[in-house]
This record gives sequence, structure tokens and C-alpha cells, in this order.
Amino acid sequence: MAEQQHKSTKKSTEDETPVEPTAVDSEQKAKLDDDVDSILGDIDDVLEENAEEFVRSFVQKGGQ
Amino acid sequence: MTVRRVQGSEVEYGIAVQGQPHANPMVASTHVVNAYASAHGLTRRARWDFEEESPLRDARGFDLSREVADPSQLTDEDLGLANIILTNGARLYVDHAHPEYSSPEVTNPLDVVRWEKAGERVMLRGAELAAQIPSTAPIVLYKNNIDNKGASYGSHENYLMRRDVPFESIVKHLTPFFVSRPVICGAGRVGQKQDGSVHAFQLAQRADYMEVGVGLETTLKRPIINTRDEPHADAKKYRRLHVIIGDANCSEVAIYLKHGTTSLVLAMVEAGFLGRGIALARPVEALHDISHDPTLQALVELDDGSTMTALDIQEHYLERARAFVEQNGSDEQTDDVLARWQSILDRLRRDPAECARELDWVAKLQLLEQYRERDALDWDHAKLHLVDLQYHDIRPEKGLYHRLVARDRIDRLLTDDAVTEAIGEPPHDTRAFFRGRCLSRFATDVAAASWDSVIFDLPGHDSLQRIPTMEPLRGTAEHVGALFDTSATATDLFRAITRR
Repeated sequence: MAEQQHKSTKKSTEDETPVEPTAVDSEQKAKLDDDVDSILGDIDDVLEENAEEFVRSFVQKGGQ
Repeated sequence: MTVRRVQGSEVEYGIAVQGQPHANPMVASTHVVNAYASAHGLTRRARWDFEEESPLRDARGFDLSREVADPSQLTDEDLGLANIILTNGARLYVDHAHPEYSSPEVTNPLDVVRWEKAGERVMLRGAELAAQIPSTAPIVLYKNNIDNKGASYGSHENYLMRRDVPFESIVKHLTPFFVSRPVICGAGRVGQKQDGSVHAFQLAQRADYMEVGVGLETTLKRPIINTRDEPHADAKKYRRLHVIIGDANCSEVAIYLKHGTTSLVLAMVEAGFLGRGIALARPVEALHDISHDPTLQALVELDDGSTMTALDIQEHYLERARAFVEQNGSDEQTDDVLARWQSILDRLRRDPAECARELDWVAKLQLLEQYRERDALDWDHAKLHLVDLQYHDIRPEKGLYHRLVARDRIDRLLTDDAVTEAIGEPPHDTRAFFRGRCLSRFATDVAAASWDSVIFDLPGHDSLQRIPTMEPLRGTAEHVGALFDTSATATDLFRAITRR
């Protein structure tokens, strides 16, 4: 178990190379916009229907 | 100097019964816990032992139903049992009107992430199983802290500390740290003020529910520093710092840094390293001001009249931690926490959007801003509140956090396999190993258990037999693993332990 966790820590450290901000040209911009559209499209598909009713009915009792 | 320290987390989940907004949440919560328990063979008898000081006889037949709900509200005879111990050493139960998972004790922040994430999977399974009960509507659980109408429920951290540290120094040094911490571990919220009546985004779900600086309460007049003092260990040696200010995080990096950075500050407090430190003029107001400003520019006043931003305050603690590590050495996970802490603060200063893969509030805000732009929505629009709520839905197919993970928009620290294993397996390096193994090997002989004891009901004994576990770092795999290997029965195990 310890070894497995060790590996995952290391992996995540390697993964975390800082992303250098780069100039976004119009092609990249279009790609980013497409990306955003597809994420929102995905989320549109899973969002509960009738947002107003759903949000209004989410009433909780207080806890700690 | 290390992030290593006995710690754990408790998460109360929001609960909704589909199509039944007026369903009794205590009954629904109880269904979740009991469905999980019965499907995993954990209902036989092992219960949580509240009565730590009472005679053993009292532990037998302890009835939880009065704790859970007014019996008149309960229809199922079994509802009273909603308080169980899992084979991974965690506690699964109903607290107030919410199902709650308290992680087993672990020794480091990465393990907190692992066993807290295992808890999400336990809750998901419990809800799925509860839905199979005839005439039960589907139950949906949310790993969040608010209903945005005035109610809040907790996500608590626990840290074992040396008893001899003066509580005043804990209060002094933790207050500015906790007040500024939402920039990293806020879960994000659409709505300000407790009832959400101000339509705007803020960093933290819990911030507006913190009303005083220091106090004992956890359900009203909530304090930045909670003074509850139940060590669940040798009280002469230890204190358990019970932290109630935090949000329930979905992001693994946020959970990891929440526990990692707090552990480092506690190490410095214990060592008396922080000296005079910094002090805020008005901590509660500062917390609200910081949480209400997603640009992270808000200035809060110190007791000497100067001002700092939350990032400045976090940087102050990070610099002190670096100096402390230089003097005292560190270890791999500590170095990782320090590096990530620095990297996050640097990027938050440049542009918070750069942290969208790591921090819940940034990921959520980015989604919200994209919706606002695409659909021209104001902050009072129900759709934005829905995005806020559904970010925390624990179902992989519906929860927006999970949808972002599935699209590789969020960084992970753990593999799915590591989390899956932690559902059944206790940490090997704390007393949770002993508790968990007692449950997985001898569940039918365990009458009750708690953080600091396991109580056996052994064949041929008239009274219950209690094994105290007052030292969190005893009862480990190294310490008692061989005893489980050589004990065929609970009686064998008990004899082997009491002979030593």
C-alpha cells in the first residue's frame, strides 16, 4: 500500500509541470471556444431539468 | 518538520429524495447507511460505542434510535441501527439529518485524500442500495455544505496535537491561516450571506456561517476555531484539534493541500516557531471579505493597522514553513506539499484561472463564467445555482466535478484502484488497522467499537471484553498484523492480546 501511494505522489509531481502562458492565436482561440462548447454541451446533457424547481426544492436541515 | 501527523476527516452529505422534496431526511439518511451495512454483512451487531466511560454491560444493547430521530418518525424497525464501523476503520452513520462518513485515522494528507475519497464511494453505493428498497425513491447525495437557503452542514478536519501546546497559541496562529485558506480550499458558492440573498459568487461555502472567533458550538454561532476537546486518545498527552471552518472538497489536490498546509502550520505552532506572528483586527469580517472576492485583491486589516491580502497571508505562512524546513529537515510528502503550495499561490497571483485543474472554486467559477457568457445569465439565475449544486452530486454520471474529471479537466493524485482498495482496507499505520481488521475478520464477535476501543462479545464470557486503543499509533499492521494471521477466532485474538 505504501509503495502504491508513493508512486502516485511521484507521478502527480511529475505531471505538475507549470504551464507557461503563451500567446493565443486565432486558431488556438477557436479551438478553445470549441472545447468550451463541447464541455458545456456535455454538461447541458446531464444538468437536471427545470433548474428553478430543482434548486428551490433542495432544502436541507442544518448540521454541524 | 513534516506534514505527517495523525489526522482524519468527517463529511456530512447533503441528501435529496428524487421527486419528494418533503421526504424525511433522517429516514432517507438512515436508509443509505443501513442499506450499505446490510449489503456488507455489517449489521450483525457491531455498533458505535458512545458510552466510553460506562460499565461494559451498558454497551450491550445500546440503542441508537433516540439519537437518530424521534421514533414516531421512523417506520422501519431496523432504522435504529444507523451507526456502523466499516472494515476500513471508518464510521458511517446518521448525524442530525445527514449521512456522515468519518474517515479512519491516517498519518498523512495523501492518505486523508485516499480514505475520504473511499468514503464518497461508500456513500454512492449506500444510495444505490437504498434505491433498491421497495417503494423507495432514488436518493441523491451531495458532497457540499449548504442548501443556499440558510442551512449548513459540516466537513470537519481532525488533527492530533500535543496536549502541552497552549491553546492560546493555536488560536493566535491558526486564525489568520484559516481566514485566508479559502483561496486554496474553498469549494465555491453562488450566493452570499447565509440565506444566499446576495447574488454573487464567493470562494467558500462555509465562510458566511462562521460567526465568532472561538467557541464550542458547531451547529450555531459557528466559530473559526472550535474548542471541542474530545481527544479520543490519552488526554494527558494529546489534544484533537477539531476544525469546522473547511468546505467539503471534491478536488483531490484541494483536500491534500487543506490537510497538508494545516499540518505544517500545526507543526510550527507545536515547535513555538511562529513567534509573534500576525494577527487580524477583525477575523470574522476578514473571512467574509476574503471569501466574497474571487479576484483575491481584498485587503484585510491587521492588529497593527497594516493590511494584507489572503495570498499575502498564505505566503507569510509558506515562507515560515520553508524556513522551518531548512532548520529541521523534511520528507518527500512535505516537500511536495510545499512545492504545490508555492506553485498554487504564484499562479493565483497571476491569474486564478490557471488553477482550474486543481482547485474546486476555480473549476466551478470557470464553468459558471462560461455559462454566463454563453447564455447571458445574471448571478441570480437558477441555472447557475444548479451548476453550483450539481458540481457536488457524487454520482459519476451526473456530478459536474466527475464530468470534468472524465474529460481530463481536473488533476488527480490517486488512481481509482487505490481508492477502491481503501473502501475495504484500513490504513496499516494507525489503530484503524486493528479496528478494521476486527470487523473484517470477526464482525459477529464485535459488540461495539469506537475510536478508542473495540468491544468483543466472546462465546463463553458473560461480560463483554473491551480492548482499549488509546494510542493512535498502536494497533498498526506492524504491531498486531501477525496476531490476526495466527488467530483463527476472536477468542484466539483476545487471548493473544491480553497475554502480551
